[in-house]
Amino acid sequence: MDFGKTWNEVLDRVKTWARLNSPWVIHFNSGSCNGCDIEILATLTPRYDVERFGIKLQGSPRHADVLICTGPVTLQARDRLLRVYEQMPEPKFVIAVGSCAISGGAFQGCYNVVGHVDEVIPVDVYVPGCPPRPEAIIDGVVKLLGKLQPAKQPPQEEIV
Amino acid sequence: MSEAVVQDKKRFVVPIGPQHPALKEPGHFEFTVDGEIVTGATVRLGYAHRGIEKAVESRNWTQSLYLLERICGICSHVHAMTYCLGVEKLAGAEVPPRAQAIRVLVAELERVHSHLLWLGVAAHEAGFDTLFMYSWRDRETVMDLLESFTGNRVNYSANILGGVKCDVTPDLASAILKGVDFLEERSRHYLNVVTTDEVFLQRTRGVGTMSKEVAERLGVVGPTARASGVARDIRIEAPYAAYADFPVQIVLAEAGDLEARFVVRIKELFESYRLIHEVIDKLPPGELQTRMPRKIKAGETISRVEAPRGEAFYFIKSNGSDNPERIKVRTPTLCNMGSVVATAVGHQLADMPMILAGIDPCFSCNDRTVAVRDAAGALVTWESLRQRRLAHQENK
Ligand code: SF4
Repeated sequence: MDFGKTWNEVLDRVKTWARLNSPWVIHFNSGSCNGCDIEILATLTPRYDVERFGIKLQGSPRHADVLICTGPVTLQARDRLLRVYEQMPEPKFVIAVGSCAISGGAFQGCYNVVGHVDEVIPVDVYVPGCPPRPEAIIDGVVKLLGKLQPAKQPPQEEIV
Repeated sequence: MSEAVVQDKKRFVVPIGPQHPALKEPGHFEFTVDGEIVTGATVRLGYAHRGIEKAVESRNWTQSLYLLERICGICSHVHAMTYCLGVEKLAGAEVPPRAQAIRVLVAELERVHSHLLWLGVAAHEAGFDTLFMYSWRDRETVMDLLESFTGNRVNYSANILGGVKCDVTPDLASAILKGVDFLEERSRHYLNVVTTDEVFLQRTRGVGTMSKEVAERLGVVGPTARASGVARDIRIEAPYAAYADFPVQIVLAEAGDLEARFVVRIKELFESYRLIHEVIDKLPPGELQTRMPRKIKAGETISRVEAPRGEAFYFIKSNGSDNPERIKVRTPTLCNMGSVVATAVGHQLADMPMILAGIDPCFSCNDRTVAVRDAAGALVTWESLRQRRLAHQENK
């Protein structure tokens, strides 16, 4: 038996377990109206309390697993969004919160808006609403966690 | 990126932002420090600039209402109301008194939500997360009220041109009164906490002090100005909507430090609770809307509303068509931003988040313009753009 391979498998399993139990989240506002941001903050507070899923809002992109984006991407924020995304360690996931982040929403066609989030970085989960309710945001995060579960992933061969 | 130290010849510059742990919105700050002491500060804004003012010119009057409401998610009602009041003035429409009273009601509920939100965020900057969690837990009460009133927790869209679209039912009225009574009791507790908690006072008393003269010179508005003793409140100076029937008592403090800003905002909460009671007691009967023309008469007007953060100002110009010709928005945070730069000097770097939070900044509101620079880094002016266009046309 290849000891190195088993070791790596175990390590992977531990990593997935840890990631599922405690995803650290970073929030970036790329030009939103604030509505989505206050709802994201509200998910941290006692009524909704995402910390019971082990989710923690993090200040630094280097510590984060999940990037939550709000708002349309403005010309000024585009490079910063990319830079934040690049600073995050692999594997990384992105949740786009709000109609603006999904499609540009009400700000479609504004001259300083370059588009929506998935034109700039890949997005894993979309949470629609203007703004989405905190419950919806939590649901989005939980969906993302479900997607990471190995049992729910298609077998490896199907992918390659 | 959140924090890095750049060494100049003699001084250290600490850049912070635009993505930073303390605030939920993008803004970039550069603090020049000598050891721990800040000797200079600059702010760079504009990350959330989307170009709304230009975009409304290609939308009709009704569409613009919904776009302008999305300038800011925290004081969305204020933006919609300022716009509606201005357009109604232009069109010469008589808005029914019940609609005006409901506007006041939603505006005061919004002020309660905004001040409680600020209380939590500011406490969080001070490292007082317990207060953050408590105030946000209580804030859910008013969010529930706003939701059952208007149908949405944020961006309520209570206004339409010519009135409002939601009414107060007896059930709702008693729910609001009950919620407000609960909040009043909690606010009393918060007032007690921010004025007596020793640890907290060390972060707020005597920090970020701004004298009345400085506040007047910088043109500071809203609770930030009132905490420095400047009596400035649009609800009193130029009553709009139904504020003439429901007069407001001004809340002032003299000290001008962070503690005073906490006290002023919490005392304003009591004033809002009183107003909400009064409006519900004396809600005038009648219609909710009046008919508005699709095209607005040519002309120009201004419209001012006291937002939770200070004066929101709109200039509206119509050319008689169904699109606005020009709308200019000035929001309170922009007026207050100068005070951060002025008061930061001489404080410790660790006080910066608190001083910034003290003005209750809202970047999506204040990012109204961008500076365009060419490849060499020089500012592109209107004149140079014009020259460029002329040159371009000549080349053709
Ligand atoms: S989706 Fe709505 S609430 Fe969210 S940022 Fe866009 S306009 Fe604001």
